Amino acid sequence: MMFAVRLQQITKRFAQTLANDAVDINIRQETIHAIIGENGAGKTTIMEILYGFYQADAGEIELFGKKKKIASPQDAIRNGIGMVHQHFMLIPPMTVAENIILGMEPVSRSGVLQLTQAEEKIRKLSDDYGLEIDPQIKVENLSVGLQQRVEILKALYRDVEILILDEPTAVLTPLEVKEFFQILRRLKAQGKTIIIITHKLEEVLEISDDVTVMRNGKKVGELPTSEATANILANMMVGREVLFELNKTPVTPGKTVLKVEDLCVTVDDKPRLKNVSFELKEGEILGIAGVEGNGQTELVEVLTGLRKLDSGTVWYLGDDIANLSARKIRELQIAHIPADRAAHGFLSTYSNADNQILGFHYRPPFCRKNGFLDFSRIAKNAEELVEKFDIRPPLADIPTGTLSGGNQQKVIVARELSQQPRLLIIAQPTRGIDIGAIEFIHQQILDLRSDKVAILLISAELEEIRSLSDRTLVMFEGEIAGEVSSDTFDMEKVGMMMTGHH
Amino acid sequence: MFSKKFEIFLLPVISVFAAMLVGAILIFSVGENPLVVYWIFFKNSLFSLNGIGYTLFYATPLIFTGLSVAFGFRCGLFNIGAEGQLYIAAMAVTLVAIWLDGWSAWFIIPVCMIVSFIAGGIWGGIPGLLKARFGGHEVINTIMMNMIAWSLVNYLVVGPFHREGTQILETDFIPEAARIPRIHELIPIIPKTLPLNMGFVVALLACLVTYLILWKTRWGYEIRAVGISNSVSKYAGINVNKNIVMAMFIAGGFAGLVGISEVMGYRYTFHDSFSSGVGFIGIAVALLGRNHPVGVILAALLFGALIRGSLFLDLNFDNLSKDLVMVLQGVIVLFVATDKLFKKLLSYVGIRGKEA
Repeated sequence: MMFAVRLQQITKRFAQTLANDAVDINIRQETIHAIIGENGAGKTTIMEILYGFYQADAGEIELFGKKKKIASPQDAIRNGIGMVHQHFMLIPPMTVAENIILGMEPVSRSGVLQLTQAEEKIRKLSDDYGLEIDPQIKVENLSVGLQQRVEILKALYRDVEILILDEPTAVLTPLEVKEFFQILRRLKAQGKTIIIITHKLEEVLEISDDVTVMRNGKKVGELPTSEATANILANMMVGREVLFELNKTPVTPGKTVLKVEDLCVTVDDKPRLKNVSFELKEGEILGIAGVEGNGQTELVEVLTGLRKLDSGTVWYLGDDIANLSARKIRELQIAHIPADRAAHGFLSTYSNADNQILGFHYRPPFCRKNGFLDFSRIAKNAEELVEKFDIRPPLADIPTGTLSGGNQQKVIVARELSQQPRLLIIAQPTRGIDIGAIEFIHQQILDLRSDKVAILLISAELEEIRSLSDRTLVMFEGEIAGEVSSDTFDMEKVGMMMTGHH
Repeated sequence: MFSKKFEIFLLPVISVFAAMLVGAILIFSVGENPLVVYWIFFKNSLFSLNGIGYTLFYATPLIFTGLSVAFGFRCGLFNIGAEGQLYIAAMAVTLVAIWLDGWSAWFIIPVCMIVSFIAGGIWGGIPGLLKARFGGHEVINTIMMNMIAWSLVNYLVVGPFHREGTQILETDFIPEAARIPRIHELIPIIPKTLPLNMGFVVALLACLVTYLILWKTRWGYEIRAVGISNSVSKYAGINVNKNIVMAMFIAGGFAGLVGISEVMGYRYTFHDSFSSGVGFIGIAVALLGRNHPVGVILAALLFGALIRGSLFLDLNFDNLSKDLVMVLQGVIVLFVATDKLFKKLLSYVGIRGKEA
């Protein structure tokens, strides 16, 4: 059997942490190989070593049976390795062809750019692999799913044999994922070797031939996918038993906490929310499903005082809270866990203790009347939350920016829940965090529900919405496209609603 | 690897030594002996009571302006306007002091001190307001405010408030009651000629107050939060615009305190162009001092010593002038700004050390 890639005893150290510890990975030619692991398991690092982005401290790389030194991404491409990153490296106002040839522009002897030739080659590649991309269209006019195909084309244009994809489905709708998998199968059929980094177990089981599981920088297993189940993989990833079924007890909804009527918001002359109305009761979890960018962000911003609305009312326990400031809304015991934690949720260089008072820092018990902060109270608060929410490392005085994504999220969740909210607005609560933390945060949300808190859950992960919410609204282009209750939740149907098909 | 705290202290020190090395090469290339030059330099700024006194005297306005720039930086704002702020404040102090002639020192001195802070604060607060209200960039606007300040004080000192019977561009003297004591009046062993005054003590107090505001109060918590991330601050219900205006007002206020040490403590009049760039050197002081009050004091002392030492260059060497100090200042800033270079160097040395 021929291996496309053999990584042997790869070790990489960043300052104090051992990102990869003597990792061996063997990737068979013309297969789809999944690399899975929690955040910080070292899966992206080892692939970036293969792509020449980092140099391993020790270990060897073998490509198609030959030992290779890969000094840079350019070097990797020369050796037939391409990588599509989680964040696309495309220039929106340029055309597909212009983006693809960037860095290796074909020119005639006199130095004139030969764009038509390149476009021809790209069109042919696109046809060969069924990508359906017009090389002359501008990237800004393409959906995220199609932009991803441009990234793949970029690699194919450079004649790569091995394609590394980092969390490729994170940005796709369920329908797009299906199409994307078909493309991967076609690439495999035509002789390419594909490595896919992911943390979604169902996808691993569906698409891959082999799977490597990593944990804490080490390889903990490598097996044919046919021998794997979600349970086996999850246990290997986390290193213990993982409960897939949540402990969801029946709760009778109480009185109405939030009532939104005819909400309209316009951003840059484009309507982003159109007559959105809904109701949310005590002890109820209302899910908002939808492809990102269909008004969810604006909805959250309006409800949390970060954006002014054009018209409509927001009733909270009988009072209209529309257009109140973010501080006023916090004072009404409305908690907000933001979708993008780095951009909104915490201050990266502030300590955990300081981040755990953010938003409440100006009032007792954390601040005295004279404006001086009460550091003994702040420290005590931090200690309690670090312990209760199992934040690791369990230190109150280290910068939150140095924690893993899951622990950063726990810092935010701990803070927002610490002030006894009556309404919790929580967006993408488990994005980019590991299974252990997901399990923990989901259980926290359900516990709040039992405590009669009203919860608005915005998520792009249908599975998350399905398992948590009592009712679900689907948003499409700023409107509520439909509603489903938990007992009639049908993935297919919701997926259709998300893309505007009824 | 070196610990983070150690690195914060070590990097500026390395930058200074690297700059001295570059200076040494320069000195050598014009035909002088670097060791002799540096000896003369520091003998006169550090190794005598008089020298130290002068070093502290020159450091005083630099502490104020360094603090001003550092405070702005903590809120994510680049205050290039310290020069204009201190000129406006110095003029305001002078005029108010003259206007209050006849009142007792117990009234006039505190009032003048407050005026210096508020005048500088307003001059700094205007660009802050423009940023908060219209998104105008504070770098551009503080530079523009410098131009306006120069022209305005120049007009006032040449025109309506020029002291009669002199060619020097100065205003009338401020009354005795508005003058703060020189240090030699309090400590008898200090030479009588030394202009070091109570302004230095005010500068140290200003550093203490800055530290307390920034790290011990909710206002400082918010100012630093805004400096780290506008979007996180907004999410947390912090009024970003209010903090921008407030931070620029306080930054301007600190620069304005130069009026205390220079007008009330040293010249007793507004002298045209007295500052000669103190506001701009403050940027270097803040950078070298890592925007921390203690760092600002240390950096200001260094720059004070450089200014003091430079006065002896023209006297003692044919091929050197006091402009050498400008070069040293420039190179120090360059090295501080490119501290990544030294960080790399340090981590290299650190790893090597561990393996050995």
